[in-house]
Amino acid sequence: MGNGTSIGRVRGLGSAKAGAHHFWHQRLTAISNLVLMLWLVLSLALLPSYDYDTVYGWVSSAWGAVPLLLLATSVFYHAKMGLQTVIEDYQHDETRVVALVVLNLVYGAGWLLAAFSILRIAFTGTPE
Amino acid sequence: MVRPKARPTSPHLQIWRWGPNMLVSILHRATGVAMGTVGLALFVWWLAALAGGEDSYARFLSWFTGPYFIVGYVVGIGLSFALFQHIGNGVRHFFMDIGANFELNGNRKSAVATIVFAVCATAALWAWLLVGKQ
Repeated sequence: MGNGTSIGRVRGLGSAKAGAHHFWHQRLTAISNLVLMLWLVLSLALLPSYDYDTVYGWVSSAWGAVPLLLLATSVFYHAKMGLQTVIEDYQHDETRVVALVVLNLVYGAGWLLAAFSILRIAFTGTPE
Repeated sequence: MVRPKARPTSPHLQIWRWGPNMLVSILHRATGVAMGTVGLALFVWWLAALAGGEDSYARFLSWFTGPYFIVGYVVGIGLSFALFQHIGNGVRHFFMDIGANFELNGNRKSAVATIVFAVCATAALWAWLLVGKQ
């Protein structure tokens, strides 16, 4: 390495034989997001009220907690991949690496906080 | 790695003539970024506040019922429009992924349809929340 033109290096190396997973996972999570987000909007719209006891009771039930965990996982992954694409499109210099690392950290932490909150509500049970 | 300074870039927003197709294309990115940042922050805040107990949940809810309720409504209506627009155009993209809907007329019409769908779905949702449900 270090010799030759950019195009010469590309010809020498060939394709990375990887990379399609991003496109594929974006589509897979798009389908799960479609189902789960429509479920969330309908469920929230049909809740009898938005006071603490009602919402807590709904999230702590298996019919609330399990789909919410799936939704958080699918949506955070999809959003992380989408914002990764945006960064790759607009950040051309070395700051791209910093932005991508920060993106991964923030979305990992955000997902964990959401999942922890759901599990805490589910395992603490309905409050008196 | 050494790169040539001025690399050619693809035409940006100000180059393309505005039309339904390019409008929903940039809206797809804008709504995605909005939901991925503001929407997910709100989602995590909602869950964390709920898990934190009655006081923290009351503080969260006050942004939709208290003196600053208008902020909650603007964010809520905005995010629901973003969701429906992203869903509409996302489904449109599934057809394009399998190689369909590239004819100019049909593609343009489906782009307009995603906006009509998003506006109608947003209006229906908030009509239900504010009037139908009461």
